[in-house]
Parts: sequence; structure tokens; C-alpha cells
Amino acid sequence: MTGLQRLIGERRMPYVFLLPNLVFFGLFVFVPIAINFVYSVTGGPALFPSERPYVAADQYSYLFDCGSYVDPNTCREDHFWRGVYNTLFFSLFQVLAMVGLSLLTAVVLNMKIRGRGFFRAVYFFPVLLSPVVVALIWKWILQRDGLLNAAITGFGGDRILFLTEPGWAMFWAIFVSVWAHMGFYTLILLAGLQAIPSDIYEAAEMDATPRWRVFWRLTLPLLWPNLIVVIVLSLIRAVQTFDEVFVLTGGGPGTSTLMVVQYIYETAFSNQVQNFGLAAAASVVLGIVLFALTLAQLAFTQRKSS
Amino acid sequence: MAELKLIDIKKSYGAATIIHGVDLAIADGEFVVFVGPSGCGKSTLLRIIAGLEQVSGGEIRIDGQSVTNVAASDRGLAMVFQSYALYPHMSVYKNMAFALENMSLNRTEIDQRVRRAAQMLQLTDYLDRKPKALSGGQRQRVAIGRAIVRDPKIFLFDEPLSNLDAELRVATRKELAALHGEIGGTMIYVTHDQVEAMTLADRIVVLRAGRIEQVGTPLEVYNHPANLFVAGFIGSPRMNLLPARLAGSGQVVIGNDTRPISVPSTGQAASGGNITLGARPEHIDVVDENQADLTITVNLVEQLGGETYLYGSAPGLPELTVRQDGQARYDRNHRVGLRLKREALHLFDADGNAIRIR
Amino acid sequence: MNFAHLVTARRNPKGWHWTDIAAYAYLLLGVLLMFGPVLWLILSSFKTQASLLEFPPSLLPMSQKEITVPGYPQPLPLFTVTMEDGTTRELAQVRRVGIQAQMIDPANSGRQLRVPIDKRVPVRQFALATENYTEPLERFAFPQFLANSVFVTVVATLITLLINSMAAYALSIYEFKGKNAAMLMVIGTLMIPITIILVPVYLVVTKLGLVNSLWAVILPGAATPTGVFLLRQYMLTLPRDLIEAARMDKASEWQIYWRIVMPLTLPALAVLTIFSIMWRWNEFLWPLAVLTKTESYTLQIGLNAFQGELQTQWQYLLAMTVMTLTPVAIVFVFLQRFITTGIANTGMK
Repeated sequence: MTGLQRLIGERRMPYVFLLPNLVFFGLFVFVPIAINFVYSVTGGPALFPSERPYVAADQYSYLFDCGSYVDPNTCREDHFWRGVYNTLFFSLFQVLAMVGLSLLTAVVLNMKIRGRGFFRAVYFFPVLLSPVVVALIWKWILQRDGLLNAAITGFGGDRILFLTEPGWAMFWAIFVSVWAHMGFYTLILLAGLQAIPSDIYEAAEMDATPRWRVFWRLTLPLLWPNLIVVIVLSLIRAVQTFDEVFVLTGGGPGTSTLMVVQYIYETAFSNQVQNFGLAAAASVVLGIVLFALTLAQLAFTQRKSS
Repeated sequence: MAELKLIDIKKSYGAATIIHGVDLAIADGEFVVFVGPSGCGKSTLLRIIAGLEQVSGGEIRIDGQSVTNVAASDRGLAMVFQSYALYPHMSVYKNMAFALENMSLNRTEIDQRVRRAAQMLQLTDYLDRKPKALSGGQRQRVAIGRAIVRDPKIFLFDEPLSNLDAELRVATRKELAALHGEIGGTMIYVTHDQVEAMTLADRIVVLRAGRIEQVGTPLEVYNHPANLFVAGFIGSPRMNLLPARLAGSGQVVIGNDTRPISVPSTGQAASGGNITLGARPEHIDVVDENQADLTITVNLVEQLGGETYLYGSAPGLPELTVRQDGQARYDRNHRVGLRLKREALHLFDADGNAIRIR
Repeated sequence: MNFAHLVTARRNPKGWHWTDIAAYAYLLLGVLLMFGPVLWLILSSFKTQASLLEFPPSLLPMSQKEITVPGYPQPLPLFTVTMEDGTTRELAQVRRVGIQAQMIDPANSGRQLRVPIDKRVPVRQFALATENYTEPLERFAFPQFLANSVFVTVVATLITLLINSMAAYALSIYEFKGKNAAMLMVIGTLMIPITIILVPVYLVVTKLGLVNSLWAVILPGAATPTGVFLLRQYMLTLPRDLIEAARMDKASEWQIYWRIVMPLTLPALAVLTIFSIMWRWNEFLWPLAVLTKTESYTLQIGLNAFQGELQTQWQYLLAMTVMTLTPVAIVFVFLQRFITTGIANTGMK
């Protein structure tokens, strides 16, 4: 390396340091983005773009060919639209539950609590578990002869097939995903709460402010920037949900927990006919949504830092 | 060891010009101090010499060779930073050996050099310590040791004593002077402290706003400041600078007074012109009012034991400072007559440049 | 500190407010809900296949006690039997015939007794079915999956640390033409999850001839924008004097990077190391797409494949799940504070 510097001069060295990372970015991010667009406007089963016939916007019009967009049954590619609606439903309730519970947990952990470090660790540790492990843990509990059904029958109820009834399957998909990730958002909110200077609370106490008023008028407004980050970040992640739900329910029963990403994965890799063009078109649509959400997040974080 | 030549060095950041064409020649083995108020460009000039900043114009020559476009690492200079910049993860020994390893010297040579420098700086007992475990003065010495082992062409010091407490600063100052006597390298030293400048330098370079105001030996600069800025900057307490007027050849009138003071010569300056008269505090005697050049009312008396400072005011003049040897007793609000020592007066024309009177 | 003290002692000297009680109740519920499922998984993984099929399940891993009786080569299962006179005895069962069981008193093996099967209850004892752990290691490709996962995690983390720190070094220490463009590229990459470029990355990997090789898993995620940001942010806090001092000490730029900046960036490198290990050990979607041969499966993919194939063999699946989460759990126990502050400071995971 020192010899290289002799050769090209000190001032060109930054490029040498930057090069490996940029080669990787180029090869595995920027080139693929370009190819993705090529895929989405070409057809056929071939993997190599040069062997794929140009079909203009056919893939997109196929995806969007619906009698009525509110009813997936009227769409030619009904699985895509079921994925869209499932993902929307999942994201809405998952984010609501995630933000609500992580805020509650963060506020509780920020109280004068004994053993705060222990409790924080308890809520955080599922974050480190792999999605497959998380899904299998819950699959074992939720199965027909599992712990939960044992408890229900113990109290005199009837067994419920949690993962094969559509409504329950979606509920548990959301539940498990919140269980696995809320520790992460709790941590961000807790950091935000701890950054609020304590003299503000002491001043409020001197003014004999009731606790609920302290929360609504002081804590919440001061925490707002962190809360926005948590909302947008959890939304970005929710829209991309795949692994936990895929292992837990396989998208079923039927298509009742099929998410957009699972649709893309299966369309491209695991169906009888590998339809790369359609998968790419769906990726582009998903990408646009994620891009918009990320811009929103950047805008909020920029405002926060300035 | 080497000599250094700066030719019309300029430096600007965008529209802001920091150095306006500096010319300077530094001889082999000389100890030169750059002094000036903060923002005068002295540190920038040092960093330009080091190669850490690129010049916007001009040329740098070391031993006659242009190094203007040579990288810092290839100029063969060593620098002691204000923050010391010791590598926190390396022991004292490693800190000093680092540069030598970069020069691909063999181990025994490195070891010899490090141990010799450590001995010279009384660091032998601390070679295995990390910088964290050293006192401020010890860190300072490691920083100097790191420069010494290199046997560089020129030593550069960027305000190396400013992080030390007053006592240690005086001690280290003396050690530095002794060190220069011992190893005799060319040294360039930046400081805003004129005492350091006076005590260490072979030659002082006074800088202001990116320009050289005066270059000379400490006593030259002290005794014959080239202009008002240097007069006011060098010397502590400051030289008294009084508004005055020329009343004919060799005659100066202070403030609104009418009694002229005779000076040896007033050079080319025109009669009746406004000038500034400078007198250092130690060049003013307390006398009877009838022999006095001017009379002040005493505002404050500072007794330092070995000497006494009088601060007083006279109508139409800025506050005057007078230094008296020994423990003279004066009372506040009393009037005191002052007489300026004729042979040590300084005159400055309306542009602030010194008028040669001797 | 004992548990009662933990619950009752409070920092607030003014006495209990109802919100304090609610807070502890909430936290204890949290402990149950967060730890309970994992504990249940671990307990279940030590149960025999037979006891896994029981409903309702027992809390602890139990199995029927067996006893060796003279004259019978096999150990016999032990039962508590209610006799006709109302007394209970512990008897070993020789064989079952219809609704009758031939039983024998282990202390007196000469005489056989006939007992209706509804009069006997198995004698159970706490027992760990460790064969759930040892058998998959022998019978399935599990060790191969484990080796693959370790290889991917270690190599990918090393590559990530090297190239991310090099890029972060360039972007934090130098001023050069195109720096802003490079920063923009990094930010842009942050917005592109692998989810949406699955197909073309698959193409690139195919072109490079890497499909079904572990390098196909390692390489695409090696340059992480998160890592570059994290390290750059840290390197920006290093004093510039150090870099310049090294330059004056005739260090080349590579030596400055390797011998000055890298050692001083260790805390941030440690955080990135932990993140990278987590990411790589747990990665699922991309390996699922690119690894199609069993011998190249990572743990996560192998586990997912098993849960499809081994429908009834829960005992192996649970044990393998425990083995998969163990390394992560160990990392967590030792580095919990480190990880949580790392995440709180960066807002990334």
C-alpha cells in the first residue's frame, strides 16, 4: 500500500480507500437497480436480460389489471393485490401496536424503577433472535396441542386453530412481529426520554403539575422527533415484512397472510414458472413506496438535527 | 539541520486571505519564534512550512530545494503540536519509535535513538506507559522526544507550552532553550506569549493579519520596534503610547501640554504633524513637579515587592504605567510628576511607523 | 438483592403512587411474555417425542421411570397401581393384554399380577431428553449448516469491517473531489433494501458464478451503508492533530489508517462487529433465494427447511432452534449494555 502511494501520489489515496466499498455498492446495489428496471419492461422466463424480449409496460399493466382495485378477486394477478391489502392491514395495526407499546414501555422504563437495566434487557433481547427462531418459538406455542390451547382448555374453553383460521393467523402475525421488534423501538424512545433534561421535570414538580399533564404537555412534545422516527422506521420495516410471517404461517391459510415481499420472492424463485419480469415490476412498485417513506424519514431527521 | 527560505508565501481560503505574501529566510541552526495575536496567521504559516497546508502562492525552499509541492511526510521536518498529538494507543516508546519504523530503520538503531532521547528528556522510567498515564509536562516531553529521535532538518513547535500551568511553562521553557543549545537544530516556534518569544528566540518574527511586521533579535525588536503595533505588542506591561505633536526640529509636545520635550532628532517628519510618543514603563522617572514633563493623578499602585507599578491619568492622555524599582510608596489620588528618559523615547509618525531618532 | 427487595424498594421517597404499582405489574407481565416463550421452547426441547405429543403438556420434561427386574432382559416401565383393597403399590409392567396388564413386583419377581389398565398410573420423573440434541448432529446435515453459518458470519464480518472502515476513513479524514457524490451514494444505498432488488442481485451473483456458493451470501451485503456511517461518525471525532502528527512522522496514508485510525476506532468497530454478526447469523430472505442445495444451507435456511419436512419431529426441530439461538443469547448476555447503548446512539440495528 505504501508502494501504491509512491506510485499514484498522496492526494489520490482517498479514492483507493473508497474503491472496494464502492465496487460492492455498484455491483450489488446500483447495477441491480438498473437491471431491475430492465427486467420490469421485458418478458419471458430467461434470466439474462439480453435473452428477454422487450414488452414495454406489459408487466405493470398486468399487475394493475383489475376490475375494481378494492376487490382482489377482480384482478388478473389477484395474489399481488391480496399481498398489497394484507401488507397494508398488517402495517397499519403492527405500527399502531408497535408505537403504542414501545412508547408505554419506554415511559415505564424511564420511571424511577428498580432494576431498569434488567427490564430493558428483557424487552430488548428478542430483537437479536433470528426471524426463523422467533417464528418457530411461537409456532410451537400456538400449535393445536400447544401451550396456549392447553391453557384455554384448562379454563374450560375449546381449542382454537390459531394458525389455520384466517383472522387468528393475521392477528398472530402482527403479534409475533411486535413481540420480536418492539425492544428496538423502546430503546430509541428511551434514549429520547433520557435526553430530556431532568430540570424540566423538577420545574414541573415545583409547579405542582399532575403526572398526566406532565406527560401530555412536556414529555410527549419533547419526545415527538423520536416518535416520528419510530413511526416511519417501523412503517418502512412493516411494509417489507417477510421472514417471520413466512415461517409462521407460510402466507396462509390460503393467501390470508401473504405479504407483498413473499409474493415477489415466490413469483421470482419458488413458483413453477419463474416470472422475473413480474417480480421486478412488483419490486419497482414496492421500491417507490419505500423511497417515499425514506424521504419522509430523512426530512424528519434533518429537521430534528437542525 | 537545514536552512529555510519562504518566498512570497500566500494563503487564502476562498475569498479570505490569511497570509499576504511572506518573505523570510531562516539560517541553519537558528531558533526563530513567530509571535503575534491570535488570528495573525502564525500557525497557518507554520503548517505551510510543515506541508500540512497547501500554499495559494509562493515558494518554500529547504536547503535551496523547492519543497512547495512535496508532501508533509517527505519534507523531513518534525513538529510538536499544541495538543501534543500523542498516539493514545501506543506506549511512550512506541510513540517515539513510530516515525523511525516508518523510515524503515533497523531495530537496534531505533532502540538506540529512542533511549538516547528518553535519557535526554528524563523519560527513561516512563517508556512503557501510555500517554494517559503521564502528567502534562511528561506528555510535553514525549512530544518533543518524538521530534528529536527523527533528527529532522527543522523542528517546528506549535504553541507547545500553552497547555502547561505557569510554573511548568517556565521550567519547560528553560529546558527547551537548553535543548537547542545541546542539539542545535533549526527550530521554528509559534507562540502568542511574548515572554516565550523574548527568552527563546535568536530572532523574533512579529506577525499581524498575515503580514510580517518586524524581524529581529529580541532586543532589536524590544529596543527599536518598527511600528506602533510591535511597540504595543512586545514588552510587558505595554509601552505607554501618548498622542503628541512635533513643535519644530527635535521638539515634541505631549497631548495638550505646551512644554516641549527635546529629543535627539525627529528625522524627516514635518513640524506640526501629529505623532505618537512611546515610553516604556521603566523609562519614566518620578520627579518633582517643577522638573516634570507631565503630571499624573495616581489611580492605582501595585506593589510586587521587587518593583512597584504606578497607574495614573493626566487630562487628554490615556492611562500611564510607570515602573519603579524597589518598594516606593505612593497614595491614590495624589499628584506625581513624571520625567521621560530622553535616550529611550520612541516616536511614531501618523502612519504608525517608527521615526529613527537615534 | 433479593426479589422482594427489588419489587418493594423504591427510589421515590414520597410513597407509592398507583402508577408505580401499575408500572411494576406491567414490567412483570413483560418478563412473562418476553422470556416465557423462550423458556417454554428450551423446556420443550428436552422432552421425549412421546411427551411432546401429550395434551395438556407437562411443564417440565418428564419421562416414565423404568426399572430392571431380574429375569427380564429389558428394563420395564414402572406404574403406581391401585389394588382392589384400596392400597397402592409400585409395580413394573411386563406386557399389556387388551384392558389387562401383566404386572410384577420388582421386589418379588416370582409372582405376576393381572391389573386393569385404568387402575395404574405411570410413575414419572424429571428427565432431559438430550438425544434431541445429539441425534440431529449425527442424522441430519445440521453440523454442515452450523459450519456454513459460522463461515458466512465470520468471513462476511471481516470483509465488512475492512472495506467499511476504509471507506469511512476516506470520507472522514480527507477532503477530495467527489467526496459529496460518494456520501450521496452511501445515503442512496441506505434506501435500497435487498428486498426490492432480489432478482437483479440474483442475476449478478449468477454472472459471477456464485449461485449455491456461500460467497453469494457473503458478498452482496458486505458493503453496508450503516457501517460506513457508524465508523465515519466516530472517526470524525478523532483529533486531526493525530493524523497530521503521523504524517509528519513520515507515515504513509495506509499506515495512518492501519496503525493510527483503526486502533483508535476500536469502540465503533466493536459495535459494527456485533451488528454484523447479528445480521449475518440471522439473515434469511437472501440466502433463501440464492441457496438451493442442502449442503450450502445456512442454519436459518436449514431450520426453515426442517420445519417443512419434519412435520412430526418437533423434538429435533425444537432442539435445533435452541442451538441456533444459543450463540446470539451468549453474545447478548455478555454484551447487552454495549449493544443497547450502541443502538441507542446510532438508531440503527
